[in-house]
Amino acid sequence: MITIEPVAAPGAPLARRNPVAKLAAALVFSFALIATLDPVAPALAIVVELAVLPLFGIRYRVLARRAWPLLASAAGILLTLVLFAADRSGRVLVDAGPILVTSGVLVTALGLVLRLLAVALPGVIVFATTDPTDLADALIQNAKAPARFAIGALAAFRLVPLLGQEWQMISMARRARGVDAGRNPLAKLRLFVSTAFALLVGAIRRGTRLAVAMDARGFDAGIPRTVARRQRFTTADGLLVVGAAVLAGAALAVSIVLGTFRPLLG
Amino acid sequence: MSGVELRGFGWRHAGRKRWAVRGVDLRVEAGERVLLLGPSGAGKSTLLAALAGLLPEDSGEQEGTVEVDGLDPRKARERVGIVFQDPETQLVMARCGDDVAFGLENRGVPADEIWPRVDEALRRVGFPYHRDRPTAALSGGEQQRLALAGALALRPTLLLLDEPTANLDPAGATLVRRAVADALDADTTLILVEHRVAEALPLVDRVVVLEPGGGVRADGPPAAVFAAHGDALAADGVWVPGRVVPPRHATAPAGEPLITADRLGLPPRLAPTELSVRAGEALAVLGPNGAGKSTLALLLGGLLRPGTGTATATAALAGRDAGTPPHRWRAPALAGRIGSVFQDPEHQFVTGTVFDELALGPRRTGRSEATVKTTVDALLERLRLAKLAGANPYTLSGGEARRLSVATALATAPRLLICDEPTFGQDRRTWRELVDLFAELRDAGHGVVTVTHDPDFVAALADRTVTLEHR
Amino acid sequence: MDNTANRWRTIDIVIASVLGVAFGVIFWAWGLLWNGPADAIPLPGRAVLYGVWLVPAVLGALIIRKPGAAFYTLTFAALVSVALGSSWGWTLVVQGPLEAAAAELAFAVFGYRNYRLPVALLAATLAGLAASIYDVFIWYPGTAWGSFRLPYILITAVSSLVVAGLGSVALTRALAGTGVLDRFPAGRERAAV
Ligand SMILES: Nc1ncnc2c1ncn2[C@@H]1O[C@H](COP(=O)(O)OP(=O)(O)OP(=O)(O)O)[C@@H](O)[C@H]1O
Ligand SMILES: Nc1ncnc2c1ncn2[C@@H]1O[C@H](COP(=O)(O)OP(=O)(O)OP(=O)(O)O)[C@@H](O)[C@H]1O
Ligand SMILES: [Mg+2]
Ligand SMILES: [Mg+2]
Repeated sequence: MITIEPVAAPGAPLARRNPVAKLAAALVFSFALIATLDPVAPALAIVVELAVLPLFGIRYRVLARRAWPLLASAAGILLTLVLFAADRSGRVLVDAGPILVTSGVLVTALGLVLRLLAVALPGVIVFATTDPTDLADALIQNAKAPARFAIGALAAFRLVPLLGQEWQMISMARRARGVDAGRNPLAKLRLFVSTAFALLVGAIRRGTRLAVAMDARGFDAGIPRTVARRQRFTTADGLLVVGAAVLAGAALAVSIVLGTFRPLLG
Repeated sequence: MSGVELRGFGWRHAGRKRWAVRGVDLRVEAGERVLLLGPSGAGKSTLLAALAGLLPEDSGEQEGTVEVDGLDPRKARERVGIVFQDPETQLVMARCGDDVAFGLENRGVPADEIWPRVDEALRRVGFPYHRDRPTAALSGGEQQRLALAGALALRPTLLLLDEPTANLDPAGATLVRRAVADALDADTTLILVEHRVAEALPLVDRVVVLEPGGGVRADGPPAAVFAAHGDALAADGVWVPGRVVPPRHATAPAGEPLITADRLGLPPRLAPTELSVRAGEALAVLGPNGAGKSTLALLLGGLLRPGTGTATATAALAGRDAGTPPHRWRAPALAGRIGSVFQDPEHQFVTGTVFDELALGPRRTGRSEATVKTTVDALLERLRLAKLAGANPYTLSGGEARRLSVATALATAPRLLICDEPTFGQDRRTWRELVDLFAELRDAGHGVVTVTHDPDFVAALADRTVTLEHR
Repeated sequence: MDNTANRWRTIDIVIASVLGVAFGVIFWAWGLLWNGPADAIPLPGRAVLYGVWLVPAVLGALIIRKPGAAFYTLTFAALVSVALGSSWGWTLVVQGPLEAAAAELAFAVFGYRNYRLPVALLAATLAGLAASIYDVFIWYPGTAWGSFRLPYILITAVSSLVVAGLGSVALTRALAGTGVLDRFPAGRERAAV
């Protein structure tokens, strides 16, 4: 189900780092990997990611629970390549009519799947270890993000867990008034759509009132805001970013040395 | 020290033909404590919003002037603190302390002064938790107190409170009132909206009554106002202290059982509960905030699946369906047998106009269009919503929304009626109207269950009470 | 273009964020569907559903009508879905803003004055093109142009036009009808009661 609370042990050495540093490190680390199509660099990256996990205070079981949707995407990529690969060189493994699976296809697919996981895991780690309020604070104080937008986004983000309750309320209200879909699948779809619409309307209405409440307490009054919760970007935070860059570079270097590196373009 | 001056003030909300308030001339001196009264829909909430500078120019049309210390309220926001009718929508941050700090940050209060001021504000309202407590984990009463702390932390010189105790149990209401009394500095101006005058009087030294058509009906020290206009005000819907409403108890003994709850519960929201409701009786469910009363109402209403035990309807209520539990009935059958009124009226609305809202139930239970129209028109008339038939349910005032939600459940004339806080935020006239409506239903052999914090309502209507304990 | 008209009010920021949150949750659920049951329809056919990913860009712009609305709404929606654990993970941090910028471009070309149907359709289509071209290079390298890439890009563009373009216009109208947009230009054209 949807959770927005951090799930990591808060005292873990890397989980405590400045949210902006974690964000930057994750971005640097991930996007170095987008550049290559080979399976080696992402595989190394995944090893690194799993190895640093305890430093972030995340247990492997928790990671699996958060990351499983990634596997679904990986399956989709695999299927697409099996059906539509342009380059079907290499040894033929399966030949069943339109489906021709060769070793070349599988290597490309493996590279893509590993890359998806390698690129996505840092994001999972960041959000599993970061409180949304701290993230917004750090974005404002350390990354010069516009405060009005960061705070507005944060206030709206607080609605996420409420949406589920709201959905239940809307469904009950309809039922109480004699509206249900019975067994008819078309009526079910209609009811689903109208419930979803009601949810959106409710969310906007809530947002409107929230904006009024924020204005009532002087948000956007033109006075420079102060900050109650100080976020600091320390040397350790800088080192985290540098470390991420170095490790990503190392993964690419190993791949180049082994001769497996395949740049994305070209 | 803030004074308020309104001259010929009026406001019409966008999309409405009628003025929400009009022709108000009022002067409030710095340090005065004013109770603002008026029947539901008279424009009390709108007036408070105007004083707080929260009526954006693009959301309606203004007449006359409104000034706080001689300034346009939109430019005097830093002097004003407001707590709205609904506390849930005014919490901004995820942690309680951060929420109180939010206003201080906006005002540019130096960082090292913020936390002492937050702690002081929380202490003044008697907030029981640490400031790291998630705002999502607060009950209604606790939210109300936090919202009050958020307003007080800003040290407003004008404090506006809109029905700050409407959803609280009596103990919680006393606490919040005491918090307000303790928290007010000698020079803070207070404008309080509260229907239950008797409880609010210790906080105020002046009463202002709004006239629904426009203007101010009465103004002065409470004793003088009620002595001079008591009867007329009571007839108009103001809760004049000391005027009791004649009770309407059952004229006949209760009939056959309609529904029986056997160890009915939903952990952790409601502990297993025994209960039975008979035809022709009015049962009141009481208990502190968070005891699980609303959960019980939803379970009895066939809207939630029980976690423990069962709710069993008798043949008198359900005919051939008596064997199946209510939460498994088809919706139209359910709506024809059990009517539910939710605690938050807005949770209940599903259509775009007041008329459609009332017509929905009867239509779904298969009445003819002519019958639907007569039923709806009668209800609109009786609960004084006729002028609002075309309005959007979500734009109604607090009291109007409550009346509409009760009316929707009445529209299908169900044999069993389950109402969650049907009388909060009601003026005296509607309150009496509701007591009469429920009494008529009961006397006609319907079962009526009301969840309520309102002791007057229990005294006036209930034949029997059930009290849930705090878990 | 004077400055006050283009300045975001608090309500603009909050409502754009609320739209972002709502669609972030929808993306999260949609991603499970996209990579779950919908896997039965292999790509490029599945791209018929692609337009859903682009709705917030057009919807945000149509409701807020301020420079940056398309960009902000879709980018934030993408971030929310990442925070919830989307099946594409982190990669949306790049793809979201890219699509969003494409949609934004259409409104910018018309000087942020025109929010009518044709512009909405253009914005949706541009966003769809950006999204599918990115996909083809980043996620489906090594696929054939004829049997996969061109059909994929084309179907995505049409889907965006219909779902994100027409869909957003219809959704804006429906929302305006409920009265929740009364404080926005899109909601001003209603009769008084
Ligand atoms: N946002 C809105 N849009 C349109 N009409 C509104 C809106 N808010 C209030 N109204 C209308 O303005 C009138 C005054 O409403 P207001 O909420 O000020 O009443 P009130 O005196 O506070 O009533 P109550 O005691 O029931 O809370 C009502 O008729 C209501 O329907
Ligand atoms: N949808 C929900 N999910 C989880 N917990 C809930 C939900 N609704 C209520 N609760 C919790 O269950 C408990 C009982 O809630 P309920 O609303 O039934 O209380 P109540 O007696 O009606 O209180 P009040 O007098 O404040 O209305 C509370 O502690 C509440 O926080
Ligand atoms: Mg009111
Ligand atoms: Mg309740």
